[in-house]
Amino acid sequence: MIYWQLFVTYFKIGLFGFGGGYAMLSLIQHEVVESRQWVSNTEFTDIVAISQMTPGPIGINSATYIGYVATHNVWGSVVATVAVCLPSFILVLSIARVYRKFYSNPQLGYAFQVLRPVTVGLIAAAALLLMNKENFTDYKSLIIFGSSFALTKYAKIHPILMIVLAGISGLLLY
Amino acid sequence: MNLYGQIFYTFFKIGAFTIGGGYAMLPLIQKEIVEKKQWISANDFVDMIVLSQTLPGVLAVNIAIFSGYRMKKTMGSIVATLGAILPSFIIILLIASFFRRFQDNPYVIKAFRAIRPAVVALIAVPVFSTAKTVGIRMKTAIIPAAAAFLIWYWGVSPVYIVLSAALGGLAYGNIKRLKQ
Repeated sequence: MIYWQLFVTYFKIGLFGFGGGYAMLSLIQHEVVESRQWVSNTEFTDIVAISQMTPGPIGINSATYIGYVATHNVWGSVVATVAVCLPSFILVLSIARVYRKFYSNPQLGYAFQVLRPVTVGLIAAAALLLMNKENFTDYKSLIIFGSSFALTKYAKIHPILMIVLAGISGLLLY
Repeated sequence: MNLYGQIFYTFFKIGAFTIGGGYAMLPLIQKEIVEKKQWISANDFVDMIVLSQTLPGVLAVNIAIFSGYRMKKTMGSIVATLGAILPSFIIILLIASFFRRFQDNPYVIKAFRAIRPAVVALIAVPVFSTAKTVGIRMKTAIIPAAAAFLIWYWGVSPVYIVLSAALGGLAYGNIKRLKQ
């Protein structure tokens, strides 16, 4: 059943999504594009673009959006959004009283010694997964990618402004 | 307004006015709940952030649950989370139901054809800034490189990558400790 699948998928994303929004992207992409095929790679990229320009974290935004697309119903959004928050509730509430003891535990430090560098790989994987033929349709795509990268990284252009500029250049170039 | 109302309103404001997710929210959360409302001390706030980053899940949600719990236990955490996610829930729901109707519009097609590679660039940039923050050096670069390659080229689920990273770190740390 679709609602159960949404619940399981987003529970998994909430439980294994480490390292913030960008690092969660590869997991979300793996689950909703490759495993479940609820959206295509291009629509997934569009969701990331919309998410950058609207309030709220990508984990929540994608749950709400995909929940709706998969079921054509607001309840799909509710189920996916609740599911992505549920592991956080279980984990935070179970350690809230003993959290000082929890994070002074050396075992946590050991696990994060490798988890922390891995988050860099998770972000890189998300970028690589979306560098595909659907998103890069011609040589102009490469020019847009290169200039957006340089403008964001070196000129510190805000992501929202970057997306607006890219949208305008799309209207002019295509 | 009772405390539940205040918790809801405060987190609704945080959810409505921070674009770009968890890290962009931190300064506003600090201003609202540490400086203005003084619900949590500055020291506790730092602890809370560290722990919220350590746990899996959406950072903003973890922080909302933590601060809500500090004020009004489980009920407080539910109210804070609802407040934090409701603005984006409403906005994305509207977009999801309307945007799909505009997807065939020729102008939308043109704009998004250029927006997509730009979005990939927006994801590629934090690869380098995060690598710097985490302190990746030539010797340790093999870890993220292998993780990215396994997910991208072999289609390995990031779930297994995260699990093996945690287990690998635990094994390595404990072996090193026992040897000393």
